[in-house]
Amino acid sequence: MEAFEYASPKSIQDAVRLLGSTWGGTEVMAGGTDLVSAMKDGVVTPKRVVSLKNVKELQFARGGAREGLRLGALLTIRELLDLPQAKQEYPGLVQAADGIRGEQMRHMGTVSGELLQRPRDWYFRNGFGLLAEYDGKSLIPDGQNYYSAILGNSGPAYFVSPSSLAPILIALDAKVTLHGPNGRREVELSKFYRTPQSEGEREYVINPDEILTEITVPAARGMKTATYEIREKEGLDWPLAAAAVALEMDGNTVKRSRVVLGHVAPVPWPSPEAEEALNGKNLTEETADAAGKAAVSKATPLSQNGYKVQLARVAVKRALMRAVKGEA
Amino acid sequence: MATCKYDWPAAGHRELIGKSIERIDGPEKSSGRAKYTYDTNPPGRLIAKTCSCPYAHAKITSLDTSAAQKLPGVKAVLVVHPVGDEIQWAGDEVVVVAATTEEIAEDAVRLIKVEYEQLPHLVREEDLKKAEAAGRTKEGGESTTGDPAKAFADPDSVLSEGFYGLPVITHCCLESHGSVTMWTDPKTLKTWVSTQNVSGGPGQFGQGLRFKKVDVEDNNIETICQYIGGGFGSKFSPDRWGIEAAMLSKMAGGAPVRLMLDRNIEMEMAGARPSAYAKVRVAAKKDGTLTAWDSDSWGTGGPGPAGHPPLPYVIEPPNRHWKHTAVLTNIGEARAWRAPNHPQACLITMGALDDLADKLQMDPIEFLKKNVNLAPPILRRAYSEELVKAAEMADWKKNWHPRGDKTPGHIKRGVGVSLHTWGGRGHNSNCNIIIRPDGSATVQLGSQDLGTGTRTVIAITVAETLGLPVDAIKVEIGDSKFPYDGASGGSTTVGGVSNSTRRGAVDALDELFAAVAPSLGVQPADLEAWNGKIQVKGDASKSLTWKQACAKLGVKTIQTLGKNPGPCHLGDSGVGGVQIADVSVDTETGQVKINRIIAAQDCGLIIDMKTAESQVYGALIMGVCYSLFEQKVMDETLGVMLNPNMEFYKLATIGDIGEFVVHMMTGPGYDERGVIGLGEPPVISPGAAIANAVTNAIGVRVPTLPLTPDKVLAALEKGEKA
Repeated sequence: MEAFEYASPKSIQDAVRLLGSTWGGTEVMAGGTDLVSAMKDGVVTPKRVVSLKNVKELQFARGGAREGLRLGALLTIRELLDLPQAKQEYPGLVQAADGIRGEQMRHMGTVSGELLQRPRDWYFRNGFGLLAEYDGKSLIPDGQNYYSAILGNSGPAYFVSPSSLAPILIALDAKVTLHGPNGRREVELSKFYRTPQSEGEREYVINPDEILTEITVPAARGMKTATYEIREKEGLDWPLAAAAVALEMDGNTVKRSRVVLGHVAPVPWPSPEAEEALNGKNLTEETADAAGKAAVSKATPLSQNGYKVQLARVAVKRALMRAVKGEA
Repeated sequence: MATCKYDWPAAGHRELIGKSIERIDGPEKSSGRAKYTYDTNPPGRLIAKTCSCPYAHAKITSLDTSAAQKLPGVKAVLVVHPVGDEIQWAGDEVVVVAATTEEIAEDAVRLIKVEYEQLPHLVREEDLKKAEAAGRTKEGGESTTGDPAKAFADPDSVLSEGFYGLPVITHCCLESHGSVTMWTDPKTLKTWVSTQNVSGGPGQFGQGLRFKKVDVEDNNIETICQYIGGGFGSKFSPDRWGIEAAMLSKMAGGAPVRLMLDRNIEMEMAGARPSAYAKVRVAAKKDGTLTAWDSDSWGTGGPGPAGHPPLPYVIEPPNRHWKHTAVLTNIGEARAWRAPNHPQACLITMGALDDLADKLQMDPIEFLKKNVNLAPPILRRAYSEELVKAAEMADWKKNWHPRGDKTPGHIKRGVGVSLHTWGGRGHNSNCNIIIRPDGSATVQLGSQDLGTGTRTVIAITVAETLGLPVDAIKVEIGDSKFPYDGASGGSTTVGGVSNSTRRGAVDALDELFAAVAPSLGVQPADLEAWNGKIQVKGDASKSLTWKQACAKLGVKTIQTLGKNPGPCHLGDSGVGGVQIADVSVDTETGQVKINRIIAAQDCGLIIDMKTAESQVYGALIMGVCYSLFEQKVMDETLGVMLNPNMEFYKLATIGDIGEFVVHMMTGPGYDERGVIGLGEPPVISPGAAIANAVTNAIGVRVPTLPLTPDKVLAALEKGEKA
């Protein structure tokens, strides 16, 4: 790890003042579970780290069934898992958090950090860049792309979005609040992530001088939600594919649906195809499978990751069945 | 049968041996008081870090360490590979730096400027043709017995052909390799090493240092290792980096230097288990009698040849041919990995036999029973009994079905069986047994406890012999100052240390009897040690407590030297084991879940049932890891390992391992063989048993480990098309 300056402001305003206008020089730290290891590996080399630990105004969880949820940036994954409102109203959100299995990670890791963690792509983490470019082209299409993207992978990015919470939050139409030098702004989480087009660009639209301070989740209004992850291991492992769904039901008929895939594309991947396959239909094993099939209809797997197409399809099907069966 | 002086006590006369006894260093370890090499911090200790080559194959063209030398806090800079040297794998050290803090050492490493000329590399070997085209293969042996061609041509035989394999994996010791070394004076070197070979340390350091023109005598070197975070065959010497630490210490005026490998360097440089892939043909008569074997295998253990899997494994058809090709790659050196070459040979053989049993429409257990006479004679009885026992514990008759679970739904269950062998004869061992007039009893030997329970086994052996409780024995190991004991490898430790300490303790007791006999008015030969007393055989009313007896020594202390090998039959070689895996496979996702693994294992006379069972549990965990998750992932273009970390080099968590049921074979037929090692054998079969169970569940074979979702789904798809 290279030497850096450590700042521990006490307010959002002070924190924002400590940020820089370009990426790389300054990093914001919440729980630090990702940032510190990335710094140790030399993947990021900030000159200044701005810790949010003492910004007490970011430690909260408010709201409930009627007004929706407001989650402060420093709410830990453990606190989210234990939040009664989340358990009652948004089982799909709690299921997503439950996929983060390391108890230490749950206690240190925060909801904002979870959304902003950097991709786990092994070329990136070994210092070959987020786009893994070598001799003018990406190493990934002909390399070890077992875990890489199967959607949104026409280049130049092949990594997968690492967030477990983003898919369900997008399915729930969540927004994030960003604080910068010119005040605050709200961004729909569905528009928060992007695919970088050149090395050095980041995979989200937050500016380097902004801090993600809050996540706002609209009222659940009786929606059925679920997340289903497929991992190699039971714990301490990243999903190979995941699906999050939020369904507005009329009896057994799907009135409106949101289906978002995780870990299959450089961004959380909403699937209008799957939604179209569901809306107006009775939700059965067959329609769920049809939605899964539709979700991956445009997949373009690489040399080693064709299996992820099947996994994503199954994840959508199982998330839908889980949502209607109301499993915890 | 004539008895021999040192014989193990007969069944019924064992207070401790064979019982389930807690390990004596458990509290030290679980409380964190146990100090590992990593925890060793003598005052003024420096930290060493390595500057590693980022390329798989390269020549060093220029090297500039001047900026690192000048950095305040840097105490020594040692060039490992000078300009002109060729590096054979990414991660190899080029320069090592010792500094006052870890951060300064890392900063110094970043200041070192190395330029390389990149050379062609090969880091993947699954495709033998590609390796041959690159000129990176070497004959690895060939052998023919009987007339395989004729046997295969027999029209009455049933033939099975298949492909089986497993990739290169690493050891993943919890504690990485390394040492702390210091020159206490210019001629005297003290070393703490994470090693499986404490007694060998001084000689290894001496030789390595003299080769580097450092003048030192072996008898001025001490090696210490009280606790070690795993070795698994990868830590038999201080290694090049241990010698470097001693040289850095010398350069830094004797200051202690700690050089422990970082995890990524450990994974790239500190050893790999060779891969093995094989095309196999195997034939049997219609009644299941095996007739012929033919295998064409290859694998890599890095830049040099790394032996070959012993094929066919254990069950040897009368007509057989094997040929092996070594693929020379730039992936880092091969090292012994718990049961070297056996897991590979076992997966290939037991997979092929399982496929043949299916062709014969035979239950694989019946098939193995039918052919058990093709196993070495000494193991036939054990296998026959273990196959019965394991099948019973696994409820095999109920759970086995012909290939492909036909029950509805996407979860398919299957069972698979495998068997294995290992030697495990006790190594050379010497120990001091010391009994003092106050009754205290000490045993000293230059052994090491790899976490296997060696300390406990020593304490039990001496306590049993002296008729004392386990906690009455002070066990001193882990220091080369103590009598020479062999390296802990090849499952040789328990045999070595139990046999030497038994002999030493019997001799010590004889001396005590001689001192005590006059006061009890009997001959020394009339005495026995039992339950904390020295008593007259057959008349327990005539006795002295242990303390009273030792007081008869006056001012004299008893000290004997116990040795192995030595008189009387206290140990043997050659064990067998049978394992059955019970798995569920999700055919929609390709995920494999272990339900249960059943292990029936013999290892002769068991000293401590608890630590013996623990050895098997540990081996099964390791087995699940390499069956389902582990592989060294190399990028072909870059030549580097992409998963040199605990994130993507995956190991099982508690939720992945399922339930283990362990049964140790004991009693007549086993106990009288004496003590035999157990470290390696139970890690051999899991790969084959799990792979066979998956095949039984889904109806098609997944040819190579690890059994990841992509491979399971691919095998299912291929099976559907077929």
